[in-house]
Amino acid sequence: MTQHTPLWEVFIRPRNGLSHRHCGSVHAADASLALQAARDVYTRRGEGLSIWVIPSAQIVASDPQDKDELFAPAEDKVYRHPTFYEVPEEVGHM
Amino acid sequence: MGAATPLYTFVLRLADDHLILGQRVSELCGHAPMLEEDMALPNIGLDLLGQARALYTYAAELQGEGKSEDDLAFCRLERDYVNALLVERPNLDFAHTIVRHLLHALFVQQLWQALQGSSDATLAAVAGKAAKETAYHVRHTSEWLIRLGDGTDESHERAQEALDILMPYAKELFEDDATTQALAAQGVAPLPSSLYEAWSQRLDEILSMATLSRPDLTLGLSGGRQGRHTEEMGHVLAELQFMQRAYPGLSW
Repeated sequence: MTQHTPLWEVFIRPRNGLSHRHCGSVHAADASLALQAARDVYTRRGEGLSIWVIPSAQIVASDPQDKDELFAPAEDKVYRHPTFYEVPEEVGHM
Repeated sequence: MGAATPLYTFVLRLADDHLILGQRVSELCGHAPMLEEDMALPNIGLDLLGQARALYTYAAELQGEGKSEDDLAFCRLERDYVNALLVERPNLDFAHTIVRHLLHALFVQQLWQALQGSSDATLAAVAGKAAKETAYHVRHTSEWLIRLGDGTDESHERAQEALDILMPYAKELFEDDATTQALAAQGVAPLPSSLYEAWSQRLDEILSMATLSRPDLTLGLSGGRQGRHTEEMGHVLAELQFMQRAYPGLSW
């Protein structure tokens, strides 16, 4: 059955939340059934106000083997963290 | 039971429709064709049980014999259930489940819409909540039927067969009788026959997208509203009532 029902990644925007967050995946034959499946599987407890589904095949991922060249160089550059500043409360979420 | 008022009879019919259909749908919990549908169908079944529960509570109140929602739901004899025959039809395959549900949901969608303007405040309140749930049931089952009908040769054939078998049972939903006429006169509930046009039109739109042909509805099967059920009903009740029969008064 799954050969006719490709995988979709599901993103939910929580009630009090800010942006859509990845929460899992579903199998579905097409986009509208994927939205319904996402609703049925991931919003049963009132989790969401908005759903995105994206064909998993459309996601371009970095290769785990490249993690050293991609991410290691950032490890010793602590000065990039704005930890020396206090964020005023009025700014809200950053 | 004393002489049942039209309102009590009407609420009980609606409650029985939802309980029995909810029971049928929940039979598929753990048996749906795919995991996603295994979540979707019990979700829908729970919506139906919730609606049935609100209606049984109201029916028990109208009856005034101190019975509970559980007494009405679980402790009556087969002939006392007044659901339409359509909702007791078995899950012969996924197409039957979807077609049965769509035929009923399209009807009850019109009904809830009308009941939101009912002169009976309790019915109007139940209708307000149920309308949203039913809108999703229509969406879910119609989208599936379109894909089954317009899918593979096998899915088309099975969807058409389910439609041919179940369509005659839909006629009963639109039958008027003394109960519905009395309630229509009081502005409590619409005549079932008045909901037919909108139901029919919406069904035609869906069937056309599903490339399915619509069977004749002139030959209808009925009797459920009078408690005359099909052979299937006893099997539904055997499972539904088992716990209350074996352990009377059992509660969670």
